[in-house]
Amino acid sequence: MTSAVMDAHHSEEHHGPAKGIRRWLYATNHKDIGTMYLVLSLVMFLTGGAMALVIRSELFQPGLQFIAPNVFNQLTTMHALIMVFGAVMPAFVGLANWMIPMMIGAPDMALPRMNNWSFWILPFAFLMLIATFFMPGGAPAAGWTMYPPLVLQTGDAFPYLIFSIHLLGISSIMGAINIIVTIVNMRAPDMSLLKMPMFVWTWLITAYLLLAVMPVLAGAVTMLLTDQFFGTSFFLAAGGGDPVLFQHIFWFFGHPEVYILILPAFGVISEIIPTFSRKPLFGHDSMVYAASSIAFLSFIVWAHHMFTVGMPLTGQLFFMFSTMLIAVPTGVKLFNWIATMWRGTLTFETPMLFAIAILFLFTIGGFSGIMLAIVPADIQYHDSYFVVAHFHYVLVPGSIFAIMAAVYYWLPKWSGHMYNESLGKLHFWLSAVFVNVTFFPMHFLGLAGMPRRIPDYSTQFADFNSIASIGAIGYGLSQLLFVYVVIQCVRGKGAKATSEVWDNPKGLEWTLPSPAPYHSFEVPPKVSSESAFS
Amino acid sequence: MLRKVYLSVIGLLGASNASADWTLNMPRGVTELSAETYALHMQVFYWCCAIGVLVFGVMIYSLIRHRKSPGAEPATFSHSMKAEVIWTTIPIIILLILVVPSARTLIKLEDTRKPDMTIVATAYQWRWHYRYQGQDVAFYSSLARSSGVARRLDSGIDPFTVENYLLDVDNPLVVPVGRKVRLLLTSNDVVHSWWVPELAIKKDAIPGFMNETWFKADVVGTYRGQCAELCGMDHGYMPIVVKVLEPQAYAAWLASRQPTALRSADTN
Repeated sequence: MTSAVMDAHHSEEHHGPAKGIRRWLYATNHKDIGTMYLVLSLVMFLTGGAMALVIRSELFQPGLQFIAPNVFNQLTTMHALIMVFGAVMPAFVGLANWMIPMMIGAPDMALPRMNNWSFWILPFAFLMLIATFFMPGGAPAAGWTMYPPLVLQTGDAFPYLIFSIHLLGISSIMGAINIIVTIVNMRAPDMSLLKMPMFVWTWLITAYLLLAVMPVLAGAVTMLLTDQFFGTSFFLAAGGGDPVLFQHIFWFFGHPEVYILILPAFGVISEIIPTFSRKPLFGHDSMVYAASSIAFLSFIVWAHHMFTVGMPLTGQLFFMFSTMLIAVPTGVKLFNWIATMWRGTLTFETPMLFAIAILFLFTIGGFSGIMLAIVPADIQYHDSYFVVAHFHYVLVPGSIFAIMAAVYYWLPKWSGHMYNESLGKLHFWLSAVFVNVTFFPMHFLGLAGMPRRIPDYSTQFADFNSIASIGAIGYGLSQLLFVYVVIQCVRGKGAKATSEVWDNPKGLEWTLPSPAPYHSFEVPPKVSSESAFS
Repeated sequence: MLRKVYLSVIGLLGASNASADWTLNMPRGVTELSAETYALHMQVFYWCCAIGVLVFGVMIYSLIRHRKSPGAEPATFSHSMKAEVIWTTIPIIILLILVVPSARTLIKLEDTRKPDMTIVATAYQWRWHYRYQGQDVAFYSSLARSSGVARRLDSGIDPFTVENYLLDVDNPLVVPVGRKVRLLLTSNDVVHSWWVPELAIKKDAIPGFMNETWFKADVVGTYRGQCAELCGMDHGYMPIVVKVLEPQAYAAWLASRQPTALRSADTN
């Protein structure tokens, strides 16, 4: 009897991944699914990046050199959709899949089959979206914001655009449910909510944001679909509808969406900065409250994207006040990170370099955010390159840098090998320099009066556009170095990683061997006061 | 610090191409409200610079002073109620300082009462139509032919040789100096946006709806802008040109655009 139990247990331990394609197609393991998310995200990042490089090449000098205006609009639209839904969101879901079970002491995600489904929807959704380039009328060209009536002028791509948005939404909702259920139910027994690591916390909040707003987006695009094909006039003035209503619904989704793109990034750097400062995160609980306040405020600021549509004065005042309030919890987070570094013993490995760059550069994006909240000034900034500079400063050296920092930070834990530190640092410096060369001049372009989303511009904008284009090419090429470093590390070229990897980092993931076992924690770990966060 | 490095780098690059008249900042503009908008923009910018110097200064100090050195032991503190209260309260105070003048300017911006004249601007893909209310004057305003030819893919024309490339129209909007002009905006097809930076006006033109805004230009001159809301293929090719004239010159222009004047011009 005893031996039978022993045998069963024995075979359980040797249960590993299936062989070949079945491992990935039928994947239910959080690490395999996490890997697939991250690989998809990298492919989408390079695809969306290639589009950006075509855009920047066209904008290198005034006059049209390479592409027609309608193709230009298709590229800006698809660049944004692919980067937002294909690069940043799946990367963070991939990180959540890999790290949340390991950080809370669970064997796997709570709902492994739904996990499989939520991933495998994505490649098909993106194939369909990208296939629209080859349809009559071309890809969607009305901007990722899909404002009617313009979006209704899309050619055959229109229903495919809507359906792929639906699929992306379904995938996100399933991912969010899985993350919430995992965090709520599968924590190690003595890990109370406030003892959770910040990455887990920010993801819990993000998952609720996803649940709240993805259905809103689905509703908005479904209304577009029925306006186009079934004779409704939700957004068509001729039938009694209101084009601005779409903008309200879209941004009710869209503003929480930008926090969906940045909150997990906040979580990542809240893990990295304490490790390389050798000091606990300053104000863990107030970080949780700050992230929650940001999430709450994100629901009541949406119309600051629409100060020029003709809102009542009281509406404009309300949205100006509520938008400015967001600076307060965001400031708390920044100050807490600085206080974490204060009087620590800092070292500057690649993940830390990225985290520090985020503190500087995301803050520049935050400053332009405060400027954009001032309504009279926003009327000048709105839909100009100043806005393009603003959101690229929060998305590229915010979200994208955080994703890369996270990969450098946790890759040794995933692969069991160290990455090449000097190449990692080179990648960092190239990225940090070129991201500024690309996006800083855009502030000047916007202030000087250059509208966004134009394929050609007047000659006084020529100099800064050339600089931005050079920066973009440099930034794009630097990312190939990242791909090389990651591939070399995964292929086991680096030194063997210890289970701690870094200098005495906090958190349960570092109690596991590197590479982490297939089923992370088969027995719930003890959360010692040493590894608890609070 | 980054900014400084930046500005000097950009300054060097700019110096090599002295012919292009690039600018770094928002124009001060030619209306009372554009000047106020500019002042708000600069005020919040200076606040951001001050906060930036302070915060980045502390960070850089910490990065240098607290880098790992042999024998250094990290501190272990992780809470301070006092610090957290301070850095929550100070931003709120700064925001209150910023928000009051912004609200004041915004209220003026929205006050379209008692205009001296009203112009209805209707947006089309991809040109503007202006109708002077109470006058028999209406016309389309499209991209100037010189730009229209040069903008084509592989046109072979260097944009630098075209005067006001992409910012010139066949029929500019003409208004008198020192008069409150109310602009009513709507669209015939998709959403557009009427933007002239020197007037500090940007307002969407939305099909089925009538938006209103106003400006009172204090300086005679020609001011250029563009459609600011993505409106399809030729979104980049529907500029706006506003000519501000002395009252007499404006009256003469208005008379020349009356149907009777146009008809007699035809027969001649």
